[in-house]
Amino acid sequence: MTTESTPTLLHSLGIQRRVLHALLMREIITRFGRENLGVLWLVAEPMLFTLGIVTLWTAAGLSHGSAIPIVAFAVTGYSSVLMWRNSASRATTAVANNKPLLFHRNVQIIDVLLTRIALEIGGATGSFIVLSLLFIFLGWMPAPQDLLEVIFGWLMLAWFGASLALLIGAGTAFSEVVERLWHPAAYLLFPLSGAAFMVDWLPVGMQKYVLLLPMVHGTEMLREGYFGNAVPTHHDAGYMASCCLVLSLAGLYLVRQASRRVEF
Amino acid sequence: MLAIEHVSKVYATRQGPRKVLRDISFRLERGENLGILGRNGAGKSTLIRLISGAERPTSGRILRGMRVSWPLAFGGAFQAHLTGLDNLKFVCRVYGVDYRPLVPFVEEFTELGIYFREPVLHYSNGMLTRLAFALSMAIEFDCFLIDEAMVVGDVRFHERCHVELFHKRKDRAFILVTHDADVIKLYCQNACVLHEGRLLPFPSVDAAYEFYQATMSSCPDPVESP
Repeated sequence: MTTESTPTLLHSLGIQRRVLHALLMREIITRFGRENLGVLWLVAEPMLFTLGIVTLWTAAGLSHGSAIPIVAFAVTGYSSVLMWRNSASRATTAVANNKPLLFHRNVQIIDVLLTRIALEIGGATGSFIVLSLLFIFLGWMPAPQDLLEVIFGWLMLAWFGASLALLIGAGTAFSEVVERLWHPAAYLLFPLSGAAFMVDWLPVGMQKYVLLLPMVHGTEMLREGYFGNAVPTHHDAGYMASCCLVLSLAGLYLVRQASRRVEF
Repeated sequence: MLAIEHVSKVYATRQGPRKVLRDISFRLERGENLGILGRNGAGKSTLIRLISGAERPTSGRILRGMRVSWPLAFGGAFQAHLTGLDNLKFVCRVYGVDYRPLVPFVEEFTELGIYFREPVLHYSNGMLTRLAFALSMAIEFDCFLIDEAMVVGDVRFHERCHVELFHKRKDRAFILVTHDADVIKLYCQNACVLHEGRLLPFPSVDAAYEFYQATMSSCPDPVESP
């Protein structure tokens, strides 16, 4: 055990805030630089991805003739993917890239992971808001029916992404295999995640298997909030919350174990 | 007060666990200093990393009742794409210090000129060492941890480090680890020898010096650590 002399909770929170601020500033400069758009790339990058998907799916007519407008379907779908996938993907290199900074006693593995999670969630959220406002303004996309449910679905996806990032980020401190496995897993999960289909479109026999994946529930919630009764949705917030809770606890436990193994 | 209590460190290697430090205990008060002598691979840098908190001990505990620095002049903590100034800002934010009043000191001490505002990846080794040392001095600590890395650099840099550390900050505590017995003799009031994973105390610096010189000539070199 290593302890400072009787730190109070308030004192510790102060350190935590300082460290996260320092890491955020550092990460923004190293990742986006000071040239051209700079920090705006945080939002511009996921926007470009989403715009590409919107174009492709519109061209392919992916909404299968349902009542859902294709632009809104693509924006809600791909933004959901960004939420859970990007946090976890950026977490795979977080520990290795920031290792020299762990030399400072107060900079811990949890801090570098939280920094990346915050940036990814911020970028994806910014991209979702900007694109939604733009398309609503252009009249290509309706305004959401139930904004609160949209926000709730969004927060659930953020939680899922964050818990996955903690688990995978800490996992890479134990073995590089975690990073190698995550990328194919993310690739294969994308088509299953509910981004490119509504659960209701699937054969009944398949629905219950797809609904084992927590992010499918979040995407369905988001779309129910967005489209209201235009399409039947299938989701269980309790199931998704339970999954996120288990992943979060496992992630935090692994982060703690990983912190004890840091070697230079 | 800094207290090291029964600290051991085991590293996993392909040949199985390797005990680098065995049951190390000592205390240090503000204003005191300790020189630790050890050969290459004796575990000196490991001990410094444990005391600084960069790594955790396998067993035992470390109580920090005063503000302990990170290992001094450690250049590895730099982000290559950040400028010298960015790195100063980062360190200041982490330790809760306003960076602005420190810019003149760091600029003057490092003699980096325009390179202070250029990415660190364009720096030479000498420039990196000067920046690392200046950043260590920018934050006020009660106890400085000095690895022998500090001893690199030219004579002029060496003298300026000496002034900053041993004159301007002589009221602080420090722990100096090195394989160079003469450095310890020059700066330290107390000395220990790190030998085969154990920290051996001596009543005087001279006694430690003699023991160290004796082990140097009698024992074969231990395995080099990376």
